[in-house]
Amino acid sequence: MNTTTSTMQEQHHQFITRQASARELTTAALERIAVTEPKVKAYLTVCDAAALEQADRLDRQLAAGEPLGPLAGVPVALKDNMCTDGILTTCASKMLADFVPPYDATVTTQLQAAGAVIVGKTNLDEFAMGSTTENSAYQVTANPWDLTRVPGGSSGGSAAAVAAGTVSLALGSDTGGSIRQPAAFCGVVGLKPTYGLVSRYGLIAFASSLDQIGPMTKNVKDCALALDVLAGHDRRDASSLQYAPTASYTAGLEAPLTGMKAAFPKEYRQEGIDPEIRRVMEETAATLESLGMVIEEVSLPYSDAGLSAYYLISSAEASSNLARFDGIRYGYRPETFENLEELMLKTRSEAFGSEVKRRIMLGTYALSSGYYDAYYHRAQLLRNQIREQFTGIFSTYDLVLGPVTPALPYVQGEKTDNPLEMYLGDIFTVDVNLAGLPALSLPGGFSKSGLPVGVQFIGGHLQESKLLHVAYQLEQTLGLDLTSPVAKEVLK
Amino acid sequence: MKWETVIGLEIHAELDTKTKIFCDCPTAFGAAPNQHTCPVCMGLPGTLPVLNQAVVDMAVKAGLALGCEVQTVSKMDRKNYFYPDLPKAYQISQYDLPICTGGSVEIEVNGEKKTIRIHRIHIEEDAGKLIHDEYEPLSYIDYNRVGVPLIEIVSEADMRSPEEAVAYLRAVRAVLQYAGVSDCRMEQGSLRCDGNISLRPYGQEALNEKVELKNINSFKELQKALEKEEKRQMELYSFGEGHKVVQETRRWDAAKGRTISMRTKEDAHDYRYFPEPDLKPILIPEAAIEAARSTLPELPAAKAARFSEAYGLTPKEIAILTGEKALSRFFEETVAAGAGAKAAANWILGDLLRCLKETDIEAEDQPLQAVQLAKLIELVEAGTISGTVGKEVFQEMYDTGKDPEAIVEEKGLKQISGSGELAAIISQVLAANPASVEDYHSGKKQALGFLMGQVMKATGGQANPKMAKEMLEKALQA
Repeated sequence: MNTTTSTMQEQHHQFITRQASARELTTAALERIAVTEPKVKAYLTVCDAAALEQADRLDRQLAAGEPLGPLAGVPVALKDNMCTDGILTTCASKMLADFVPPYDATVTTQLQAAGAVIVGKTNLDEFAMGSTTENSAYQVTANPWDLTRVPGGSSGGSAAAVAAGTVSLALGSDTGGSIRQPAAFCGVVGLKPTYGLVSRYGLIAFASSLDQIGPMTKNVKDCALALDVLAGHDRRDASSLQYAPTASYTAGLEAPLTGMKAAFPKEYRQEGIDPEIRRVMEETAATLESLGMVIEEVSLPYSDAGLSAYYLISSAEASSNLARFDGIRYGYRPETFENLEELMLKTRSEAFGSEVKRRIMLGTYALSSGYYDAYYHRAQLLRNQIREQFTGIFSTYDLVLGPVTPALPYVQGEKTDNPLEMYLGDIFTVDVNLAGLPALSLPGGFSKSGLPVGVQFIGGHLQESKLLHVAYQLEQTLGLDLTSPVAKEVLK
Repeated sequence: MKWETVIGLEIHAELDTKTKIFCDCPTAFGAAPNQHTCPVCMGLPGTLPVLNQAVVDMAVKAGLALGCEVQTVSKMDRKNYFYPDLPKAYQISQYDLPICTGGSVEIEVNGEKKTIRIHRIHIEEDAGKLIHDEYEPLSYIDYNRVGVPLIEIVSEADMRSPEEAVAYLRAVRAVLQYAGVSDCRMEQGSLRCDGNISLRPYGQEALNEKVELKNINSFKELQKALEKEEKRQMELYSFGEGHKVVQETRRWDAAKGRTISMRTKEDAHDYRYFPEPDLKPILIPEAAIEAARSTLPELPAAKAARFSEAYGLTPKEIAILTGEKALSRFFEETVAAGAGAKAAANWILGDLLRCLKETDIEAEDQPLQAVQLAKLIELVEAGTISGTVGKEVFQEMYDTGKDPEAIVEEKGLKQISGSGELAAIISQVLAANPASVEDYHSGKKQALGFLMGQVMKATGGQANPKMAKEMLEKALQA
């Protein structure tokens, strides 16, 4: 039985047709993790015992003929900023080194109710702040396509876990590109849903108005199936939309693309983008046209401003969201302190990494009295303009086509000393979060050196179906082999 | 130079919702520490607030009762500061778009009526409580109060004396109680107040530096704290040291009877307010505001007008009775139970208030039932017991909760009104005091008083005095 290259859909099928028990599927996933982890280091926690327990429960349910969810038997991984009741949740920070939440995130509950088996928690940039997963306080994750390179971030652990073939579904969170960019770097499918489509309850907040959880999978159909499980209103999240999809996101994937219109912003084709990525973009546009789509050039004049607005707003919110880590109730506490102020100061100085501190300082400054109007308020105005700009485009076009990143996966350590240059790498992804729109990152080709290159589809409000549809058609047409060298090794 | 005092108050009232503002924890007072907490109000990472609609409804009611304009669009903001009693390190409050604006209440001080304007009302969450160990250098935190919903009512700087400030606080408290949005118990902290006070020469338009007084827990303390601060500022201005009056926050130390500087303007917090991204703006349809307006209960002013018309009480009596919801309710229940309005008012304003004061009990906790007081009034009016004995019965009733008839029975307090029994006692007294009888007949009318005293003494005070006097006079003239 080949369980390495299995997709989510295949694994579920194997389980319900009794070709493989949940225990077998889970054990196989745990074995793949054991083999690949020394090289990839995608996981912060592997929860063998809890996973096998859940697997056995599923096997009993199947034997008893009880109803089973759409992900029954599928081993999955969660980014370690999503709370798991009784399982360590660290945000890859020293601050939460011993934090075991007494509650589940809504997505955790949803996955378990659907019959998924959580096998582990994946690495990330500390508190999801970063684009390489190198900001983790614990380990550096390697890109399964080239172990000297980063998997991207901040959901680098989840992307690498899928790319290494350990699981067919891992959840990521996307505040400014943190699902899409690592998906592009690791050659997997990553979807950032419309803001409010998936509950944020239990996702340890980075920037509340931008954060959104989404699936990272091996193919588009799995992505759609996972979204079926995750989408929907949650009364515990006030920003959750009062919306329930009326049909499965897999409906209509097979339909032809004829007549659909995509906008290709000229700002997304400019200088400064890696030529290999530009080549894949042009090829993608041509392929889509050959499939009957109309592709037209448009202009997004505010796309440059997005980056500064994003870094101001996300840092401002982060400075407030991360203020609760004060050493009083849970998490890191310094060995010695003389008084309250010293307890708080030492806790935060000793337990936060430098990128987190940098953003807290930036955000605190932007919100300070006397600077609020010049920074935070102006950023909000820009945000509105970016939102309106997209609304205008989606009145004419079904989606926007663009790159995910301006560069190929970085070599480890390449960008760590230059945060500003690192921030520039988010240029094509942050606008989507500012506008609250859905966007999907799909492997569109490879560089000459064999590194995966992602393409991005941005959709209008709640237009996930359109993104999945176009991505599915493109995926089927391209027929790329997305088995990473690490996953291939496991196969042998 | 004559100085004018300028005072504004910020009143915090806990709203009487069953559950907290952003989670399902109960708001009840007095639970064991940290009993009423959950991951949401503890601000554990990943949890999110969801606004309790009852909080919005009650804030709307409070606003309408205080004559405010309810805003159809308002929003929640984060007020950021570090303190261990604040688990998220920010308080969810309202900054630039509060739920209510404008409004006013009427006060009366020394017979002078005055309108005090309200600037705004906003919704926010309460913080926890630090408990410092008396013997060890340790502090504990009780988070039960975290997330209890509050409204902050900010007045305009319309008050000109501590008395006016106290009258304003009383008036607002009464309105909130009547509207049914808060129990306003200062001793439990469900009503708290900060005072802003400054002084300026009479006739000066501009306001001088103001001082904010915190930690005021009762009407009495409010009066004292404002008087003390008024005096402190007055002295500084009078001795040419006006520059020493600086904008600052001072804590009222009730035990020491003085204010202590907490922080000056220079080290004031920068709260870095920004819109709360976890919550949507609060949208209140006009129709909902009108519906709330139409279901408002009778408010103090309307009740006072009705009392004046229906019961013929004096304005002072009405002011005290309607000044507290619990008193006015008890009064109305006693009248409904059959007592006369004047008598009911007399007992409540006299004996009940005295007992409450002596036992340090709040009106809403008073132990009497209206039927008991009505019965007591009936016993006195029927002459079954004397007025003096009535007071004794009242005290006993207040202390033990027993019914008045049972007390009269148990203690044998019934008046001797049977003429036969009384006549016998009178003849004995006359027989035993021939000299006084002689005096009476020779015109010394004060002898009657002495003989009356002897009759009362012989009956152990249980004689109906009116009847005894009549019978004694008759016997003497016989």
